[in-house]
Amino acid sequence: MNIKKYIKVYKLFNYTSLSIELEYQVNIFIDLLTAIFGLSGSIFLLSIFFSNTKDIGGWSFEQALIIQAIYTILNGITNTWFSPNLTEIVKYIREGTLDFVLIKPIDSQFWVSFKRISPTGFIEILLGFVILIYCFNINNITLNIDSLFLLFLTIGCSISILYSLWFLISTTTIWFVKTWNATEVLRSFLYVGRFPLNSFSFPLRVFFSTVIPITFITAIPSEVILGISTFWKIILEILVSLTFIISSRRFWIYALKFYSSASS
Amino acid sequence: MFNLTPYKIGTLLKTQYSNMMEYRVEIALWAISGVIPFFMLNIWTNNGLNDSLGISNIMLSRYFLSAFFVRQFSVVWVVFTFEEDALLGRISPYLIQPIHPFFRYFAQHIAEQITRFPFALIIALFFFIFNPESLWFPSIGIFILSLISTFFSFLIQFLIQSIIACFCFWTEKASSFEKLIFIPTLFLSGLLAPVESFPTFVKSWVYFTPFPYLIDFPARILSENNVNIFSGLCVQIIWIILFFIIFLKVWSQGSKKFTAMGL
Repeated sequence: MNIKKYIKVYKLFNYTSLSIELEYQVNIFIDLLTAIFGLSGSIFLLSIFFSNTKDIGGWSFEQALIIQAIYTILNGITNTWFSPNLTEIVKYIREGTLDFVLIKPIDSQFWVSFKRISPTGFIEILLGFVILIYCFNINNITLNIDSLFLLFLTIGCSISILYSLWFLISTTTIWFVKTWNATEVLRSFLYVGRFPLNSFSFPLRVFFSTVIPITFITAIPSEVILGISTFWKIILEILVSLTFIISSRRFWIYALKFYSSASS
Repeated sequence: MFNLTPYKIGTLLKTQYSNMMEYRVEIALWAISGVIPFFMLNIWTNNGLNDSLGISNIMLSRYFLSAFFVRQFSVVWVVFTFEEDALLGRISPYLIQPIHPFFRYFAQHIAEQITRFPFALIIALFFFIFNPESLWFPSIGIFILSLISTFFSFLIQFLIQSIIACFCFWTEKASSFEKLIFIPTLFLSGLLAPVESFPTFVKSWVYFTPFPYLIDFPARILSENNVNIFSGLCVQIIWIILFFIIFLKVWSQGSKKFTAMGL
């Protein structure tokens, strides 16, 4: 594998897709508004919850805001890198244009996962960091090198779990042809990632930590920030993310054996 | 006014229904993606958030189940289909047909709702298996009234999205407008929290917007929470008339702008 070639190709991907996106400048402005309103809506919802109680599942409003910030950052990353590409996979397979990807002298998973980039998520990432810094202030948190390292490590793991989830679901298109809505199911389930896991009843908590590992995505990084995360949880998150990444790769290679093109 | 005959309506519905049946798995998945109200219900009851509001757990669970149903049968996506059709130039043949193009989309939505109905029922069945104490059967009158208000809610959203879809004539890409409108729809309609739980400074103006009438109002009728049915229906009708007039204006302006693409 030639790393230099991949970096060069990736730069070209970014250049072409950004120039496509910048064609529609009004859209970018509207997406900015959408991101701001979306975040204020979520905080509004949180404030409704907390107007009736002091804590949800043991989390105070100031602490729950950290989860919200992490969620916003991760959602921005999803909107920038994952969802524009992985919803395209559905199109490649339906229209048979995956043929042209497969015959290129480049890794097909790399191509389908990184072809597009959408600048709309940048705003969310930025807003998420602003909220996060605000949270550091109101919770009186000072990060040292160790916890900063753990934070980046766990967020890195969260990103790889997120990517794998999106990629695994999009890959099933090879069998089911039109699974655009399957990504919608994932999106709606990920929605609960913005609330503390402890606020759900026990059966749902089990569901969100095993069937769909939402708990690993936002809960553990937030716990790391608050300094209440335990060592085994972090180890577990690393293991889970590794399993997800490896199985997404395996699954893609396996699924390609069943790809039978369309019309061409 | 629109050249509609019963024969045309029947044909449109039949073709769209068979089209939707082809993709029934997709519609089933879509139905599943609407389960967010149940997660919200879980947060509400599990933390006792409803105690200070004076809503019992059973009434709240009925409310959220009704909200799920109302949402299932008022989902609108016309702007996405229209945007694709406009970008690919498929609108051109539709425009010369002796029927308004939006009736095609309207029939699509109705057919989709019919296909979706059994899946929504199955999800509700699971809900009652887990929450048997919240089972209730609304009277026929209540059922019909909630059906009407759900249909009105669907009409309001369909008209709003159709107006946005017409923006395609000017900007080519209108779906980002839709994403913007979806945010208040999500947070102010009562899908995630009943409108009566909102703080007073929001409640004071939110009833002047169409949003609470999209989910909260029909869901309250169906779940038999107390609500002024007559005035609610009147407000829904006013919004429908208003958006219909705007739609006709925007359409007549926009379709003149249309320059055939593709073909």
